[in-house]
Amino acid sequence: MTNYVPVLIVLVLAVGLAAVLIIVSRLLGKNRPTPEKLAVYECGVEPVGTARERQSVKFYLVAMVFLLFDIEAIFLVPWAVVFPNVLRDNAALKLVFYGEMMLFMVVLFIGLVYVWRKGILEWNR
Amino acid sequence: MEKVLFIVLAVLAIGTALNVIFQRNPLYSALSLIGTLASLSALYLTLHAQFIAAIQIVVYAGAIMVLFLFVIMLLNVPKTQPVVEKHKALGFLAIPFAGAMIAEAFYVLKTLADKKITPAFAIDTTDRAVGTTWSVGYSLFTQYLLPFEVTSVLILMAVVGAMVLARREGD
Amino acid sequence: MTTAVLLEWVIKSAIILFVLVTAVAYLTFLERKVMSWIQLRIGPNRVGPWGLLQPLADGVKMIFKEDIIPTEANRWLYVIAPAISLIPALMTFIVIPYGSVVHVPILDRDVALRVTSMNIGLLYIFALTSLGVYGLVLAGWASNNKYSLLGGLRSSAQMISYELAFGISIVSVLLYTGTLDLSVIVGQQSGRFGVLGWNFFKVPLFLVFIVYYIASLAECNRTPFDLPEAESELVAGYHTEYSSMKFVMFQMAEYINLITASSIAVTLFFGGYIGPKVNYYPWLGLVYFALKVLVLILLAMWIRFTLPRFRYDQLMRFGWKFLLPAAIVNVIITATVVLFWPPQHP
Repeated sequence: MTNYVPVLIVLVLAVGLAAVLIIVSRLLGKNRPTPEKLAVYECGVEPVGTARERQSVKFYLVAMVFLLFDIEAIFLVPWAVVFPNVLRDNAALKLVFYGEMMLFMVVLFIGLVYVWRKGILEWNR
Repeated sequence: MEKVLFIVLAVLAIGTALNVIFQRNPLYSALSLIGTLASLSALYLTLHAQFIAAIQIVVYAGAIMVLFLFVIMLLNVPKTQPVVEKHKALGFLAIPFAGAMIAEAFYVLKTLADKKITPAFAIDTTDRAVGTTWSVGYSLFTQYLLPFEVTSVLILMAVVGAMVLARREGD
Repeated sequence: MTTAVLLEWVIKSAIILFVLVTAVAYLTFLERKVMSWIQLRIGPNRVGPWGLLQPLADGVKMIFKEDIIPTEANRWLYVIAPAISLIPALMTFIVIPYGSVVHVPILDRDVALRVTSMNIGLLYIFALTSLGVYGLVLAGWASNNKYSLLGGLRSSAQMISYELAFGISIVSVLLYTGTLDLSVIVGQQSGRFGVLGWNFFKVPLFLVFIVYYIASLAECNRTPFDLPEAESELVAGYHTEYSSMKFVMFQMAEYINLITASSIAVTLFFGGYIGPKVNYYPWLGLVYFALKVLVLILLAMWIRFTLPRFRYDQLMRFGWKFLLPAAIVNVIITATVVLFWPPQHP
């Protein structure tokens, strides 16, 4: 477990570095704000409307599909770690391990094909 | 040492979880939830479940919360008035439900404490101990094979469901 | 866990952060030089000999720039967004081994040239990469600027799309290594056959490397995948409103991610720090590691100055319809090859 202590150390150091960088520029940089300077940049003209508008649902769909395939990828990891060890230690199980993951991937490939056919992956529609 | 770590992480988890509820801005709520998930992941680490700790971050903080943020940003809901004000009756329903949840949690803890359950594996930090990638993988693909294969079908159903929900308007 | 061990970790982590930040400064310089050579120009050559002090001058300039927070912005998120994108980038490197064990004369003891080794090393990296999205998307949202918001959303959609190919191509490597510990993975690639022991030369893994490399370029928002900051349509994407050191922090995060992605590629496919005579002179490991990483970074720069930028629909189509299926097919091929010819290392 002690192997994980450096994560805490590097987290503290990284947060410290980030804080120093933010504070340094706050202290050393000049500060002469004008209303025009602090306005939202919109190619030099007065900002039109607000940026907080509703955006395309496609981003949501991509995130959704990503989530599902991310779970698939996560299931692949323990299998990929165990598989070579099973090949070496327990030859009787090797076809079982191979077959079950192929089945899993076939089902998910069907999912990908479905999403593909539904046109979710077409951005310009 | 272990106890101090546990208390710090537990306080962090509960504090951020409370912030999720009391925060008016949905975006800040979502960010607090990421804090909760991260402290839970650290708690898993203290329990020697490294694989689960990493998965907690990858799936919950890295994927599900991105989806939440997207929904919040895409809809751009202005500062919410709490739903409770619109549906007063729901507020009263919440109290018995919360009570039932707490009672259930205490019941589970009580029965577990009475049974004195000992872990199936001796807890150590070697590569094949409980909670590591190897042990999770091995039991997943031998003992719990059927649930695993059913999961793939479940994910497929979720894909179809998401498409149906998002593309209701005819195309 | 003694104080000495703790101190060793702190010192090593501090050195890593220092080296990463310095390397970023010089990568910006190198990038400008390489760009000018490719475009038959001279490039920065005024500050110091051959322009070598240019990064220093740039740094000083950036520190003294005015730090602007737009009135419309969400102040709190606007300030921490660059930190959120920099911190995970800085944290990734601690699991990557950059040398074997060396003897340090001043301390009179042996020091391993890595901060730590974890049995979930690759998952740790994967977890931190998946957190990198937040910095960009929050920066885009907090700025309250249309370009920023679109840039943030685009870049996060791009990053999560290519993260899949990235993760799944790593799975193919795992089928050879059987472990997530990067130190062990490097150890497996040494042996009698020298260069041929590298994972890159295992039968299907060079295909995996191509998928991995393309996905990692997209993860780092490098051209031809630099859509988030496509100047011609989005000004500067998610960091349009940022100035001074906050802008620098985004740049740093981007370059550090490039260094990390190249280092992981070196560790997984090109034998990490392993090279001729490394067993006799362990310090050589550092040199080999740095050189291999540099080659991959130069490749990324060459690609940047050669290819034009994708259009956004092309980018998504490429990621989902080519790279992701290719990564999955690679896993199937690798699994089949491994089934018949199991990896031999212990």
